[in-house]
Amino acid sequence: MRAVLRSRLLWPVLALVALVVVNTVARPSFLGITVRDGELYGSLIDILRNSAPLMLVALGMTIVIATRGIDLSVGAIMAVSGSVSLTFIDSSSDPDGVGTVMIAIAMGVALALLLGVWNGFLVAVLGIQPIIATLVLMLAGRGVALLITDGFITTVTSAPYRFMAQGYLVGLPFALYVSLVAIAVIVLLERRTALGMLTEAVGINPSASRLAGVRSRGIVWGAYIASGVLSGVAGILYSSNIMAADANAAGLYIELYAILAVVLGGTSLMGGRFSIVGTVIGVLTIQTLLSTITFLGVPPAVSPVFMAAAVIIVVLIQSPRVHGWTSAAAARLRARRTPERTEVTA
Amino acid sequence: MTAIAPPPAADAPPARPALGDRLRRFAPLSPTLAAVAILVVLFVGAELTFGNFITPRNLSALLLDNAYLIMLAVGLTFVILTGGIDLSVGSVMAFTGILGAKMLADGIPVLVVLPAMILGGAAIGALIGALVQYFDVQPFIASLAGLFLARGFAFVVSLSSIRVEDPVVLWLQSTRLRIGDWYLTPTGIIALLVVAIAAAVLRWTRFGRTVYAIGGSEQSARLMGLAVGRTKVIVYLISGVCGGLAGLMLTAYSGAGYPLNGVGTELDAIAAVVIGGTLLAGGQGYVLGSLVGVLVYGGIKSVISFTGADQSWTRIIIGGLLLLFIIVQRLIVARADRR
Repeated sequence: MRAVLRSRLLWPVLALVALVVVNTVARPSFLGITVRDGELYGSLIDILRNSAPLMLVALGMTIVIATRGIDLSVGAIMAVSGSVSLTFIDSSSDPDGVGTVMIAIAMGVALALLLGVWNGFLVAVLGIQPIIATLVLMLAGRGVALLITDGFITTVTSAPYRFMAQGYLVGLPFALYVSLVAIAVIVLLERRTALGMLTEAVGINPSASRLAGVRSRGIVWGAYIASGVLSGVAGILYSSNIMAADANAAGLYIELYAILAVVLGGTSLMGGRFSIVGTVIGVLTIQTLLSTITFLGVPPAVSPVFMAAAVIIVVLIQSPRVHGWTSAAAARLRARRTPERTEVTA
Repeated sequence: MTAIAPPPAADAPPARPALGDRLRRFAPLSPTLAAVAILVVLFVGAELTFGNFITPRNLSALLLDNAYLIMLAVGLTFVILTGGIDLSVGSVMAFTGILGAKMLADGIPVLVVLPAMILGGAAIGALIGALVQYFDVQPFIASLAGLFLARGFAFVVSLSSIRVEDPVVLWLQSTRLRIGDWYLTPTGIIALLVVAIAAAVLRWTRFGRTVYAIGGSEQSARLMGLAVGRTKVIVYLISGVCGGLAGLMLTAYSGAGYPLNGVGTELDAIAAVVIGGTLLAGGQGYVLGSLVGVLVYGGIKSVISFTGADQSWTRIIIGGLLLLFIIVQRLIVARADRR
């Protein structure tokens, strides 16, 4: 019981369960999953499907934050990769060809990788503060995306590209597989090899880990590259969902949601220990919250108020001062209940 | 300085340390001077290219068009000097702007509306400051909550744009005090006044010196017995108040309140502050530098509209400039570390 209470995942899981309960009470059909033509449909499936871009971005963000960094440019990278892919498909003679779509996706992801390399170079080699280093790309990236699309919202019709976000494979949305694969790869890399431990070492004390022989430069650089690639895939999923490259709206504020998901999942922004499971739960919590807000009939534009409330509640729960208050209150309570024992110990 | 210099040590040439000392005193100024140089190069270059860039009309418009950004950059300078960051400024501007427009549309007198706008900004700033100081929340996350909160409130007030017809608010924008072809609007005067007050406060008051001390080393500032906690809350409060004033400026400028105003403006403001020579690590920088930073930003925007190129270049160039300045700052800090 004590282990459960102490677990860092307790609060995120409780929050997610509470949201699901609220939804189920308000709308009993929430948990229902219907099968149509061998494909699953329902609110839960929608949440899983729609959470894919945020999931990818948040996974990358987790690794970056674990190295005591932050990547603000994820939204801009999403915009760039979506723009490149869709512009390529738009200009090709065979937009419905699987080959065309493959090349388009490869181009988008490759460019995202380059942008990740750039971010990592600024942080790991030049030693620039991560917030600022990635701010450069956050500012310039959307400008680049706008140039790629000539300032228009490029729309295409391409069945294979649409499949990425809207298609089904063996009864489940394809996007869900994408995020599952990403989670699996990250977990295998970080938890089945020493990479995760080394990442935490770099995040906890960069100079000590360097002195201990950890090649921190490569690890930090790699984290930004991973974040770039994952954001690139997220950008392709996003543009596939709306079948349009909107350089201004793609991934807008997603860096903030991703950071929120990571923090919700119990990973400290100070770097060091990180929890991938926590991030996954954080992402699902945010996506459920967003869908709850929509369901409650609140205009989507007002949803930031709920997000703000969520952020404030979460940070207060994690705040040392509130911990102090609650443990002091608990101690007083215990002292009142068992006075003889406190006398003995005193 | 040279008169009281100690006799040179036998193994060191006497002239070099003295010169180094003299230069070192100007080291904090160098990024700001670089920004001024870029501003001059930008304007002279544009004048040589277009022939009609440096005109009183164009330069006056620069101040008018960017008055709101000047306000935000001034508030943000205080926060960044303490080593913090405030992401909420753009949203606070949108919130106070739409709040003011809505209240005016409901027939509330302008004398009530203006303080309400500033109070609205101050409240969000105070909330962020309290989270940062009393609950040990990182400034990035606390101001992120402020960003969401203000943006959401803006939409709670109204989902669509509201026109402002109040003569007082419109007067702020439409009145032009002319000297020849030069003109100044009341918004411009307010912006310059705020810059002057902020510069004086940072330079000559106990509070201002505490702001720099916290940015230099919060631990040392606390050990020196400075009012660290209070100062940290107040800088976010100031940023909120500036956000409120910026909301007023933007509402006057555009003649309407709009809840989607200022999306991404926090980045422009941060970029302007950094280009103006304020170190993001805190402890070093000037409000006047931030003014220069905003003018560089506005200048690039107006050069791009002169060339007729796509406005998306503005952000790319600002991003590039930001990078340049960060690397320059990095070199300065690295040199300071080595000493």
